[in-house]
Amino acid sequence: MGSPPWFFRFSGAVVRWLLPLTIGLLLLGAAWGLLVAPPDFRQGNSYRIIYVHVPAAVVALAGYYVMAFAGAVSLIWRIKMADVTMRAVAPVGAVLTAVALVTGAIWGKPTWGTWWVWDARITSMLILLFLYLGVIALFEAYENKTAAARACAVLSLVGTVNIPIIYKSVDWWYALHQPASIKFTGESAIDSSMLHPLLLMIGAFYCLFALTVLLNMRAELVWNHREASWLKQMVRNV
Amino acid sequence: MYFASLSALWHMDGHGFYVWLSYAVTFLPVAIMLWLPIRRQRQHWQWIAAEQRRIDSRRAEAPGE
Repeated sequence: MGSPPWFFRFSGAVVRWLLPLTIGLLLLGAAWGLLVAPPDFRQGNSYRIIYVHVPAAVVALAGYYVMAFAGAVSLIWRIKMADVTMRAVAPVGAVLTAVALVTGAIWGKPTWGTWWVWDARITSMLILLFLYLGVIALFEAYENKTAAARACAVLSLVGTVNIPIIYKSVDWWYALHQPASIKFTGESAIDSSMLHPLLLMIGAFYCLFALTVLLNMRAELVWNHREASWLKQMVRNV
Repeated sequence: MYFASLSALWHMDGHGFYVWLSYAVTFLPVAIMLWLPIRRQRQHWQWIAAEQRRIDSRRAEAPGE
């Protein structure tokens, strides 16, 4: 797993089918949510923002686990690929968190009458954005890549304390943000005609996450191994 | 399709601005996020290939080195 030549070949094969699959699922999900799904009886058509807002937020949170896990692996086993993974996840997580926050603000205007409120869910998501940005900034701040990776790993592990707070925020402090509509146990608070495109879109965003992380890792690996014979061989054979 | 006409789809009973803006601020960063690493990798790849051509031509000019 930790071998760059193997990873480069394997990820190349995955990206080749994951790229068209991701774009296809995103377009299908967006078309379904915008054109086919019925409007909400209380919120009207503004609720269609859910099909980009919720998947972005869900995957931004899940991405943090991946980054923190890579951080732990990097600290414990000192595997270089874990550093590359951490560095590849951070910008993707930051973009998805920002998308969740901005689409949430746009959704808030017609629904709550305000763009922004210091609600627990929204504030903890803002902290998540700062954590991702902090990891990106730390990576850039160090000349020494190993020291940078170690600092980022510590920051991302400390930051995991924020994740359960985000999950539980809507139950602990009931403010403006509505509680979860999808439940793994029991009936979801959302009709299946609205739920199915949402689940599709969440799947599409997971594919998008995997794809962008792989693309970032590949770009980084090509540069890090520009002097390696296996990569020179590959470049020569193309 | 839920909407009766294209203009109904565009206006969405007054919510069109918010809905379309949300999709724009989602898909624009997503497209950039996909495009940037692909471009970066291609640039690195070309750099390595150019470097190799330079080495090869130097070898061809001075054989036996």
